[in-house]
Amino acid sequence: MLPRRRFLQFAATGAGAMLVAPHMALATVPGERRFVFVIQRGAADGLATVIPAGDPNYAALRGGLAAASEGGAKLDGTFMLHPALAETARLYAAGEALFVHAAASPYRERSHFDGQNVLETGGTAPYRERDGWLNRLAALMPGGEERAVALAPTLPPALRGRADVTSFAPSGLPEPSDDLLARVGRLYQPDAQLHGLWEAALAARDIAGDRPKGQNPADLGRLAARFLLKPNGPRIAMLETSGWDTHTGQAGRLNGQLRALDTTVAALREGLGPVWRDTVVLVATEFGRTAAANGTGGTDHGTASCAMLLGGAVKGGRVVADWPGLAPGSLYEGRDLRPTAALDEVIAAAAAECFTLDPARVRRAVFGGVPVGRAPEGLIRA
Amino acid sequence: MTPAPLAIALNRFGLGARPDEPAPADARRWLLAQFDRYDPRPAVLAAVGPGAPLGAEIRPTGLASRDAARLRANAPATVAPGLAATPPASPMGDDPYQALRRRINDRLRAAVNARLAHALVTPTPFAERLVAFWSNHFAISTEKVPVQAMAPDFEADAIRPHIFGRFADMLLAVERHPAMLFYLDQTGSAGPNSPRAIRVSATRPERRTGLNENLAREILELHTLGVRSGYSQGDVTEFARALTGWAVDEAGRNGTPTTFGFVFREGTHEPGTRTVLGRAYPQAGEAQAAAVLQDLALAPATARHLATKLARHFVADDPPPALVARLSAAFLASGGDLPTLYRTLIDSPEAWQPGLPKFKTPWDWTVSALRGLGRQAPDRLDALPTLRQLGQPIWRPGQPAGFDDLAATWAAPDALFQRLGLAQRFVALAGPGLDARMLGPRLLPGTLSAATAMQLAQAESGPTALALLLVSPEFQRR
Repeated sequence: MLPRRRFLQFAATGAGAMLVAPHMALATVPGERRFVFVIQRGAADGLATVIPAGDPNYAALRGGLAAASEGGAKLDGTFMLHPALAETARLYAAGEALFVHAAASPYRERSHFDGQNVLETGGTAPYRERDGWLNRLAALMPGGEERAVALAPTLPPALRGRADVTSFAPSGLPEPSDDLLARVGRLYQPDAQLHGLWEAALAARDIAGDRPKGQNPADLGRLAARFLLKPNGPRIAMLETSGWDTHTGQAGRLNGQLRALDTTVAALREGLGPVWRDTVVLVATEFGRTAAANGTGGTDHGTASCAMLLGGAVKGGRVVADWPGLAPGSLYEGRDLRPTAALDEVIAAAAAECFTLDPARVRRAVFGGVPVGRAPEGLIRA
Repeated sequence: MTPAPLAIALNRFGLGARPDEPAPADARRWLLAQFDRYDPRPAVLAAVGPGAPLGAEIRPTGLASRDAARLRANAPATVAPGLAATPPASPMGDDPYQALRRRINDRLRAAVNARLAHALVTPTPFAERLVAFWSNHFAISTEKVPVQAMAPDFEADAIRPHIFGRFADMLLAVERHPAMLFYLDQTGSAGPNSPRAIRVSATRPERRTGLNENLAREILELHTLGVRSGYSQGDVTEFARALTGWAVDEAGRNGTPTTFGFVFREGTHEPGTRTVLGRAYPQAGEAQAAAVLQDLALAPATARHLATKLARHFVADDPPPALVARLSAAFLASGGDLPTLYRTLIDSPEAWQPGLPKFKTPWDWTVSALRGLGRQAPDRLDALPTLRQLGQPIWRPGQPAGFDDLAATWAAPDALFQRLGLAQRFVALAGPGLDARMLGPRLLPGTLSAATAMQLAQAESGPTALALLLVSPEFQRR
């Protein structure tokens, strides 16, 4: 990990200085960069994903759970990666994976649904914002009919809003005839809401081509790649994962969850081919889990967790953490990993650098509130 | 009566009209009469049989641990809830674990088909909507095998008997039900100072026993008071301590028969008085958490929370504040009497405003489509995979908050496409004999637009016209 001093250097700000990245541009043509948001619904355990094995309190807090995740890749003097993340470990070795630890959204309670709402709307409190931050980011992008796609049966809150977005989920049903499609189009013509949704549905069909049969983690990654490769197609995609709420039997369940995530990322990388070089994948969850194991082989709702930035465009091979430590006095409310990195700042910086947008503008337009603390910089290659 | 209230009663409060049933003479009276006609235990549902005997087999056969291991190995983390596959039948003699898992799965499918069959012909569609509403309010999700075994029983035993009773009674039945106790991890929770925890720490210090606060938190956040209503982490923990001992009788080792029902285990109960939301609960044993629940059921925050959700479900995504206040007051004044709450809703002018403010959920759309086509039973249609396809796998919302109740969730581009595909299939299964031009005004009295009627009339075939009717804007909303 980066020690505190280097983290501040990395965050690189003079007092009160407004940062303007040298590669900032006010307008661009639809670029080659791709941005993918993978949400981990259910509060993923950052402490078991990027494991602070070098923290003197870790083993005692986790008991049997600590033993269950031995054997992963060593990231630096403090952190180790969960062994199920084999592909991610290779990305790290290639300098294409960056982990921001002890990160949290502004939300400080422990409700999944409120926490996800803050994570997805980019607000400072639940339900303060109606639209999603990813939709607002899409609105900043130049041109394009559908600027973003959700690989999900329904539209996730992060993508709801004014910018045109689409959604797609594999289906096993027979395809309706072109004639019927045209008739439905006429049927929805006078209906503002359904007309727009229908146009988006038709466009998504064109991109998807032959529909994959089942949906498994690898299919999901490949499907996302197919959308992102379309010329003038969406440059932003959102993938949903659930099942991270490991109150019981965490050792085995988390192993499966992380392996599935790793598989999706690997399939996405493979599917994107050379475009992976221009891709940033953000993996984030609504909040973390308790530092200590609970009485039922799991962990309960906590506060800070770990966010990942993966992709060929990421300046990776680093764990970025102002590590608060797991000593009893260091824990947030005596039970959780204390947040020392603002997740929305990390997201804003990564998104701005990914699309060479002015970071201050992205923070303002996408995350509304006034930035607190220093904005991170240098997460993504210029 | 004008057509509008009739359409509202049938569609906004009900499950859609059937072509073979006469239109109700009076919309309000039709709804109120269902309070008395309601049958809490319809025969088609009772025929599914109890899940407890299946549940009781889980532990003795080792399915719980084995199944968990298998799920771990191929956990589909990235798929929508409901896509975990049923293990395929093995042509070679069957592994008893897999056999049990399949029996549980088959029963679940049968139960969802029975639920659909009942919804198609029920004489009390408003009551059926209330069942679905409360079942979703107290959501369980079938990812865990014991929950899968007990999910049909949960709705049948904890929800249906109580929808026209007191909220406090439903709440107690729900929180004591094995499906809920398993789903929210209550079964293994033990007080740190309970006799069992003390014994374990003395004899096997490496084994951790302790509190699991999941059920306590979700009761406060989702089932009663609602999130951000003023309770603290301390209240969650204290309530979790009060709930210790609430468990399921699933021991069954040494060949002991088990009921797979609720059991109170004194040995894991945290001794002492608990303080929740500033009130002391000195009760001993099982009565302690029951007393907390009783107070939560009648709290003003609970009334507001339930009033908001009920108004959102029936009236609008953003329910009118005056309506919510009126419902909340009626709930409190009646001590949580649910018929009083529903009567207040039916008597509120906001509920009868013209327009189509709600986008139907996949369940409501599927049921109303099949009713509209005059289907008496699902027959060759398998309800569970159908609803999974539409994004609403029954009893598997994947989260304790249940399925969302907002248009933005269900009115997505791909959802429209899925509904079109299914509409074609429904029409094909229904066979000939229906004319969309006659059916449209019948199913949507006073709400079918001239533009839609014209599209139906211009369709190139009868089946196409019927499919268009089912996916029309007027039919997809209520």
